[in-house]
Amino acid sequence: MAESKVKIDQVSKIFGPKPKSVIAQVRDGKSKADILEETGHTVGVYNASMEIQEGEIFVIMGLSGSGKSTLIRCFNLLNKPTDGAIYVDGENIVDYNSSQLKKFRQEKIAMVFQHFGLFDHRTVLENIEYGLEIKNIPKEKRRQTAQENLEVVGLKGYEDKYPDELSGGMQQRVGLARALANDPDILLMDEPFSALDPLIRREMQLELLDIQERLKKTIVFITHDVNEAFKLGDRVAVMKDGKVVQVGSPEAILENPANDYISDFIKDIDRSKILQAENVMIKPNALVSLKDGLKVAIKEMEENGISSVFVVDRSRHLKGIVTIDEAITGIKEKKSLEDVLSTDVTTVSREEYVSDLIPKALESKYPLAVVNQDNKLEGFILRVHVLSGLVAEDVNESKEYHGYTN
Amino acid sequence: MGDFPDIQSNLGEYVSNFVDFLDSALAGLFDFIFFISSRTINGIEGFLDFLPWWLFLILIFLLGWYFKSVWSGVLYAFFIFLVGTFGLWSEMMMTISIVLSAVIICLVIGIPLGVWMAFSKGFSTVMRPILDAMQTMPSFVYLIPAIFFFGLGNVSAIFATLIYALPPVIRLTELAIRGVDPEVVESAQSFGSSRWQMLTKVQLPQALPTIMAGVNQTTMMALAMVVIASMVGAQGLGEQVLISINRIDIALGFEAGISIVFLAIIIDRVTGGVADRFQKHRRAK
Repeated sequence: MAESKVKIDQVSKIFGPKPKSVIAQVRDGKSKADILEETGHTVGVYNASMEIQEGEIFVIMGLSGSGKSTLIRCFNLLNKPTDGAIYVDGENIVDYNSSQLKKFRQEKIAMVFQHFGLFDHRTVLENIEYGLEIKNIPKEKRRQTAQENLEVVGLKGYEDKYPDELSGGMQQRVGLARALANDPDILLMDEPFSALDPLIRREMQLELLDIQERLKKTIVFITHDVNEAFKLGDRVAVMKDGKVVQVGSPEAILENPANDYISDFIKDIDRSKILQAENVMIKPNALVSLKDGLKVAIKEMEENGISSVFVVDRSRHLKGIVTIDEAITGIKEKKSLEDVLSTDVTTVSREEYVSDLIPKALESKYPLAVVNQDNKLEGFILRVHVLSGLVAEDVNESKEYHGYTN
Repeated sequence: MGDFPDIQSNLGEYVSNFVDFLDSALAGLFDFIFFISSRTINGIEGFLDFLPWWLFLILIFLLGWYFKSVWSGVLYAFFIFLVGTFGLWSEMMMTISIVLSAVIICLVIGIPLGVWMAFSKGFSTVMRPILDAMQTMPSFVYLIPAIFFFGLGNVSAIFATLIYALPPVIRLTELAIRGVDPEVVESAQSFGSSRWQMLTKVQLPQALPTIMAGVNQTTMMALAMVVIASMVGAQGLGEQVLISINRIDIALGFEAGISIVFLAIIIDRVTGGVADRFQKHRRAK
């Protein structure tokens, strides 16, 4: 794997009169509560490590007090870690002196805040210009860049308004445009949508995905909302009491929660919007080739105890499906496999969400076939898999339980 | 008997010696302050004297109109006109120049001190009791060293006024800078602002409405000092009040007194209007 964009290496952030004095105890693995009791120091972030890849949306999720906001402020040293190292493009930013840090903040990283952090004495356009202004970019040029970014977030026409004249959602768009105007590699977003009402929040989430599609930034996104985390995150880190409990893709976390805390956390989540076809599909172990003929097909079905089997050509391109009844009738009537083959199989791609599979599974009388762009069969999905994917703690377990019968 | 035992301390004498010491040791500094203050007063007074009386009335009207309303403008101009009819025009000009000079010097000293206090807890801790003392010490007390340092005259008056009127602008500047929303400060930091950019582009503009409230208070307190300051030789309306006391001249006393009230109203409304202006774009907080 390529060098990661950001590497957080055993970072701790301790608050109190003498933070450094507590490092040893953190390293020894003493609990946060004990440290507070014995020394009066609060451990905000406890020995956190993670690697963030270029171009991904990395979500850090946790309840309030879990240290997520403290951690994200370590990424641009608004909080200087008490211990540990943070590598960005291979350089340890914790060792930066003040002019290096200034340059780093001006060029590589920008932040969006929960309550927007806008300058209410400046107009919308002047807010967006701020990052460029302090880099002493000529006025004409920064006006133009600001204007472009204003349009990216869809606020054209609001240039000369003041932030207080805008709604919350619009204010956060200004915050986003201000961060983007600097053209940073890394975008830090500290609960950016938490202060917005649900409708606007959903809209902003989609827009963020949209913008990310075009700009391909490395985004670190903080939230306390599981649904938001799993919707946006390419990978998610779950934090509790300052510690990172689990890091992984949303699907991986759903399928294998590291502990009860995370299971609890993800209980209420709408799994159908996270799990995709590939998470619930089954790799076909019984396949019939066109030239095999009906007898082989029947034998395959009998051996595997299934009532229908997919038919493919030599390079696994999907041709159709044949059921056991049709096959037996076919033999009696001396028909070939090609004759009895039904071709109205519903095909889906690996990436389709379970929520989209539900209606398809209901309408189709056969299992859904999962195929790639070349119509090559990759797996299949039974109705029961769709359902079990929604409720089961462990999808694989349910697959085994329900077997391959339709 | 309940007499106090014969124990004496000579704090007053020490202070007196200290003032003597200051006068000789810091003569250069006092000359410098004298120079700056008298130049400021003379500059402003020269300018006001140079203005024809009607132009001054128009200026007052425009100020009132711009910051309040047309009728305020008319009223303020009428007040000033009335003072003229009392025969106190040049005295009023003198008073305005003393007050303005004092306020300008207060701001030049006070705002940086307030900023410094906001940034340094240690400095703030040191300054606080000093500011308390400046505000509570009876003003007659520091009239004496003022004469000592600067002699009788307008400069002494300004010095005394400074001590009395400086604390509000310092305190409110500190409060205002500390009160800037931490997330706003963080966001400025996150873009890589230098300390100076942060102060001038974010903290001071954000703090301005509160600082303006401090300016308003400082101005009012400077005006409140004009009568007391006349005891060390300040000219102007305060001097007229003092004279009227000595002569038991009710007519003069009332005219000079009401003139001060008029000035107070105008200055308060106008500086308050300026503060409101700054507040304008930040209603929904």
